[in-house]
Amino acid sequence: MAEPWEEEEGPVKKFMFVNRKAPYGTIYALESLEVVLISAAFDQDVSLVFMDDGVYQIKKGQDSKGIGMKNFSPTYRALEGYDIEKLFVEKESMESRGLTAEDMIVPVEILSKDELTSLMEEQDVILTF
Amino acid sequence: MAMLHTVNKSPFEKRSLDGALSHAVNGAAILMIEDGIYGALKGTAISGKIEKSLATLKVYVLGPDLKARGMTEDQVIDGVTVVDYAGFVDLVTEYDKVQAWL
Repeated sequence: MAEPWEEEEGPVKKFMFVNRKAPYGTIYALESLEVVLISAAFDQDVSLVFMDDGVYQIKKGQDSKGIGMKNFSPTYRALEGYDIEKLFVEKESMESRGLTAEDMIVPVEILSKDELTSLMEEQDVILTF
Repeated sequence: MAMLHTVNKSPFEKRSLDGALSHAVNGAAILMIEDGIYGALKGTAISGKIEKSLATLKVYVLGPDLKARGMTEDQVIDGVTVVDYAGFVDLVTEYDKVQAWL
């Protein structure tokens, strides 16, 4: 029999995680990923945004053996298994860094700055890293 | 006194690379490490700055930091030299002083 706290359906809010930092140089990218995985356990409506240097987090072909750090980029591919499937990349950020959607390790939707602004307006909670 | 300027921040986020470039004179060299490697890549909004500086400066980038970030040597701007950790040490000994732009 299900426990009472399992039956009770809590409120579902729209959560957006905005990733703005490159991986490895600071701990922000990895910490954000940890929080995203935690949020998945609470069955919330989660969106991930990669903008500014955050687009580098999901660059294909990362191999961090040479710098003695863990390559956490494969974890982005596992998000689908936690029902986190809304991944967005800001077009302007991607293009100014010479990157395309094909450079990304996961399927993403490319949004312009204006489209992203509208999407941000729709959220209940926005956490930026 | 030839100086080695190291840059470890992304040029899209911080002004460290601009600081290094504007203070690099008299046979100085720039070495891009950690998130600084994003300054060494072709086809970005800031590639032109490095391409221009190559006329007067030696520019290096640390290979293991490129690889960690999913970048390959053929994505590096022509004229920028890729070095490994041993090459990093060689540069430090070759130049009189090191200035780290954080």
